Amino acid sequence: MANLFVLQLLNGVQLGVLLFLIAAGLTLVFGIMDVVNLAHGVLYMVGAYFVATFAALTGSFWWGLLLMLPAAIAVGLILEVVVIRRLYARSHLDQVLATFGLVMIANETVKIVWGTSPLSVPTPELLSGSIPLMGPLRYPVYRVGIIVAGLAVALGLFLVINYTRIGMLLRAGATNRAMVSALGVDIGKLFAIVFTLGAVLACFAGALIAPILSVDTGMGESVLILTFVVVVIGGIGSIKGAFLGAILVAVVDTLGGVFGPILLREVLDPSAANQTGRMLAPMLVYILMAVILFAKPAGLFGAKA
Amino acid sequence: MTTKTMLLATSLLTLPGAALAQDVPPAAQDDVLKIGLIYTLSGPAAALGEQARNGFMLAAERIGELGGMETEIVVIDDEQRPDKAADDARELVQREEVDFVVGPIFSNILVAIHQPVTETGTILISTNAGTSNFAGAECNPNFFVTSYQNDQNHEVMGAYAESEGYQNVFLMAPNYQAGRDSLAGFKNSYTGGFAGEVFTEMGQLDFSSELAQIAAFQPDALFTFMPGGMGVNLVKQFDQAGLSSMPFLSAFTVDETTLPATQDAAVGLLGGANWAPDLENEANEAFVSAYIEEYGAVPGTYAMQAYDAAQLIDSAVRKVDGDLTDRDALRAALKEADFDSPRGDFSFGVNNYPVQDFYLVEAVKRDDGMYGTSVREKIFDDYVDTYADQCQMDAS
Repeated sequence: MANLFVLQLLNGVQLGVLLFLIAAGLTLVFGIMDVVNLAHGVLYMVGAYFVATFAALTGSFWWGLLLMLPAAIAVGLILEVVVIRRLYARSHLDQVLATFGLVMIANETVKIVWGTSPLSVPTPELLSGSIPLMGPLRYPVYRVGIIVAGLAVALGLFLVINYTRIGMLLRAGATNRAMVSALGVDIGKLFAIVFTLGAVLACFAGALIAPILSVDTGMGESVLILTFVVVVIGGIGSIKGAFLGAILVAVVDTLGGVFGPILLREVLDPSAANQTGRMLAPMLVYILMAVILFAKPAGLFGAKA
Repeated sequence: MTTKTMLLATSLLTLPGAALAQDVPPAAQDDVLKIGLIYTLSGPAAALGEQARNGFMLAAERIGELGGMETEIVVIDDEQRPDKAADDARELVQREEVDFVVGPIFSNILVAIHQPVTETGTILISTNAGTSNFAGAECNPNFFVTSYQNDQNHEVMGAYAESEGYQNVFLMAPNYQAGRDSLAGFKNSYTGGFAGEVFTEMGQLDFSSELAQIAAFQPDALFTFMPGGMGVNLVKQFDQAGLSSMPFLSAFTVDETTLPATQDAAVGLLGGANWAPDLENEANEAFVSAYIEEYGAVPGTYAMQAYDAAQLIDSAVRKVDGDLTDRDALRAALKEADFDSPRGDFSFGVNNYPVQDFYLVEAVKRDDGMYGTSVREKIFDDYVDTYADQCQMDAS
């Protein structure tokens, strides 16, 4: 049981850093630009498709990952200029409708371009296989790689946000947007940078997960809801909050998903125990959210109440 | 001639339409053989429907005019939605006036289209779904299956686990009807113990939690049913988790629709099937090489079973010389199944479900560099499904 706990904890952290990469962009866009972007999951999907395409073209995952970055920047900028920019002054309902429309357009476009069958990305040679953990247990090297990459990005973001001029503007924007604008900062440029940064992070998350999951339309929607929970728990606009929220949500989700049914199996038959456990695991995340919001209505590190 | 038959003859002459309407669909009257295909051609499971459509079209192309008649084929995408499929089926039968409806992939779609098609006297040929109700008490003379009864592939794996002497098998399936049926089918022919039984969410993509449990419990083998994209993910993650030394038994998980995505990660994994592309017989070699040439991919059971549906229609229509108005003769001709199936022995049981052999198949990298399944051993010979004896087929 201790073995399983350790494995699940690792799985939780791995899911956590992935959620963080997606949530970081979402929380910035939401907190600084005040835009509810339902299409954020689309960027995650597009990142996965990019890496699948480029990796297939070049025959190397690493080249795929490298080529994905400029493509992600391009997608982020185009989306910002063509659609998102027009939504800043609109109500949240308009933003939800427009970005939901984007989700549908993107999913269909992906189907037209890449077809309906799921694509797959081979695991890079360097990170394939598994490492012995304890006893007979092994852990995939690639998932360790995701944890390391995610933590590195988190550290990088932490440094940028706390020690650079753009980071200062980001923090200021999340706290009081009107004041930043009044001080003569080109808010349009700042927004474009924020949105593109968020897009690149989401694409990067999609690219990282591609060798583990099949690359499929709709993969963005499945992760988006959990990401919104992370953003709300962490506090809108806070990168630090997004990080802690993501790890918290993911660990609670993975541990609850396994140990819930195991405990329930003592009293119920397997099918019912799993059913109840499965229902309970996602509920745990929302219970966690409710408790945190009760204690801190703005989330863990929320700037605005 | 007695008065009774005189009366009957007169009424037939005066009211031909009314007298025949009970059983003979209007479509049977014309000289065109019209066939409607209903498959899932969009969404995550589109690859399965595409294989089936390709298989049917391949046979139609190779034969030319099916049954020696002018052939017209209508293809419809059911979008994996039973409500849409039922409407499509009605439209095919009533407006398009098709002679045969062929499809679908999914069992819930089959249940939805079964009545709209068969109640009009039109023949429905399922090339994949084979639910237990239509094999047993609800069997129907207008309904034929060229695939299998749903439980059978799982029973194959249960029998294999039994013969290997496994005592401790871990079971995993998505939590929906077919998933629960799958584990029940496995248990039909396996008497050993279980290390665990997990039902996953439908459409789940990350199996890290389940794999952690499997690693922690160290079972003798894993049995799973994970069709489509779920299977692709499971197989890749199973490989990455370093579990590949554990026997991986499956049904509808490792096949020609998922192998292009899983590739090497799936090689060596086991499945149960009624056929594999390397089964040695003349009809199969012709089918597989023609399919690869036409579509550039290895055919799976979905394609083979649809290919056989086209061959079945062709053989039966030829037997009745294109006269589709004598429905009893047509049904009898269909039941004879007088064609060379790529799977070798093939006949229909009392319930119009196939009586066929089942094999243990293994995923391999083929000589042509593509991936496919390969026959490892025969598990069941001329296997009849367990529901057939509940079928009371009346002649009407």
